[in-house]
Amino acid sequence: MKFANVMSTAGEWLRGEGPHHQIVISSRVRLARNLRNRAFPGWGKKPARIEVLELIRPRVEELPEMQDSFSEVLQDLSALEKQVLVERHLISREHAAKGVGSAVVMNRRQTLSIMINEEDHLRMQSIRSGLQLKQAFKLVDKIDSALEGKLEFAYDNKLGYLTACPTNVGTGMRASAMLHLPGLVLSELINQVIQAVSKIGLAVRGLYGEGTEAMGNLFQISNQTTLGEKEEEIIARLSKVIETIIEKEHDARQVLIQKRSNTLWDQIGRAYGVLTYAHAMSSKEALNLLSIMKLGVDLGAFPEDRRLPIDELFIDTQPAHLQKSSQRKLNAEERDHLRAQIIRERLKVFPKPDISKLVRESGNGAATSPSNDE
Amino acid sequence: MLCDVCKCNDATVFLTQILEGKMQKVNLCDACSKEKGVQDPTGFALADLLLGIGAAEEIEKGATTQKCPVCGYTQADFKKTGRLGCSSCYQTFLEGLNTLLKAMHKGTEHVGKLPQHAHRNMELSDRMKSLAADLEKAVAESAASLRDQIKQLEHEMAAS
Repeated sequence: MKFANVMSTAGEWLRGEGPHHQIVISSRVRLARNLRNRAFPGWGKKPARIEVLELIRPRVEELPEMQDSFSEVLQDLSALEKQVLVERHLISREHAAKGVGSAVVMNRRQTLSIMINEEDHLRMQSIRSGLQLKQAFKLVDKIDSALEGKLEFAYDNKLGYLTACPTNVGTGMRASAMLHLPGLVLSELINQVIQAVSKIGLAVRGLYGEGTEAMGNLFQISNQTTLGEKEEEIIARLSKVIETIIEKEHDARQVLIQKRSNTLWDQIGRAYGVLTYAHAMSSKEALNLLSIMKLGVDLGAFPEDRRLPIDELFIDTQPAHLQKSSQRKLNAEERDHLRAQIIRERLKVFPKPDISKLVRESGNGAATSPSNDE
Repeated sequence: MLCDVCKCNDATVFLTQILEGKMQKVNLCDACSKEKGVQDPTGFALADLLLGIGAAEEIEKGATTQKCPVCGYTQADFKKTGRLGCSSCYQTFLEGLNTLLKAMHKGTEHVGKLPQHAHRNMELSDRMKSLAADLEKAVAESAASLRDQIKQLEHEMAAS
């Protein structure tokens, strides 16, 4: 498969059909594995890294799940192409910085991606739409079992799977879900939730993982510990916490509808207005406004069939996707213009926000609601 | 500079304490400082509080010359990067790592997935243990029976 094919088809997880997909954008599970007695990628010299790559890559490519896969060594990908993969969460930002001796192999549906010589020799990741951590784990677990028959993984009876960073030792597993939480942000409850979650040994991060800012009301929540607990237990614990957050988000939205409906309509109306008419827009502003549009779909202000175009814009307006689709490198100003243009075009066929449903649910009738002539 | 607890993120919180004339420094990232609830650290041995008893010493003598025999990694390298050199480093630096792992994780022993070969080895070692136990039991039983027979013969000889 060529990179052009990767570009032209959106990942399956983006289609948003999984359970709780209104709030849980995606679920990801990754396993870290290393070969025994070989220097980890961060310490190994170039020839050693290439040797490991040549041992692992054919074994990965011959997996039945990797038929018709996209497989490329990192030095053969342009900076832009790497960035596109980062924006789709198919490789990490760290991996994008790698060159000779590293590779990525992923399946056509973009639900399974394997990084070779990232921080560990192998990082296997499965992505699914909605809350499906268990299913995502099942797939990487299967891949891991298939590979361990052909490669000798570093494993210790007491410490489990040995990884470059001691924070991953044991299961080598990081399970995470990307949550869209505009209700909790608008009602200023998000910090409470983040604090509660970090107290029980889970991490909350921004859009692109470690050290990134939370934009578009998107938050990643993941397990922080990997030793002393079974994979299934970690996933069950994480899923339970996520289900509680989903409930809190629904509650927050209900309270907003009941008590601060004017604020809510104002936000949705403004997002619609700015996105429809702006001629320059940063990627941060776009994400934040698209988040409110998504909330608008969830609440019924826009028809359900408008969900996919909004979800697609989340990805298509990211800097590398913009440049890749325009086939040339753009400076920040040009990107902001192009971004606004693409959004305007896609929203041309978008109906105006219909808040009649919201008005009914808020129960305060037409008296306090703005006139709605739809 | 990396966080002393997770060794992954950049440290943003720097704590210094002078205790009995000795200075202790601990560097933490934002997440770890929050997790550990570091607000008023007065009156505690900082490093011990955060990383487990004995960690303060561990950090001080962090730059020892211990070297991994497989990949040549040193403890100083680990302190700098927060990553290990190869899988054998876990054996080489086990002592210092144990304190870290204790502070970092839920437990100190892996209870999750076993690779097939480890699984097979474990089954074989279980079987060997049970055979050895059987053998010991059999030896003990036959020894007891032989002793009984000898005693019986001794009695008979004394009686005759």
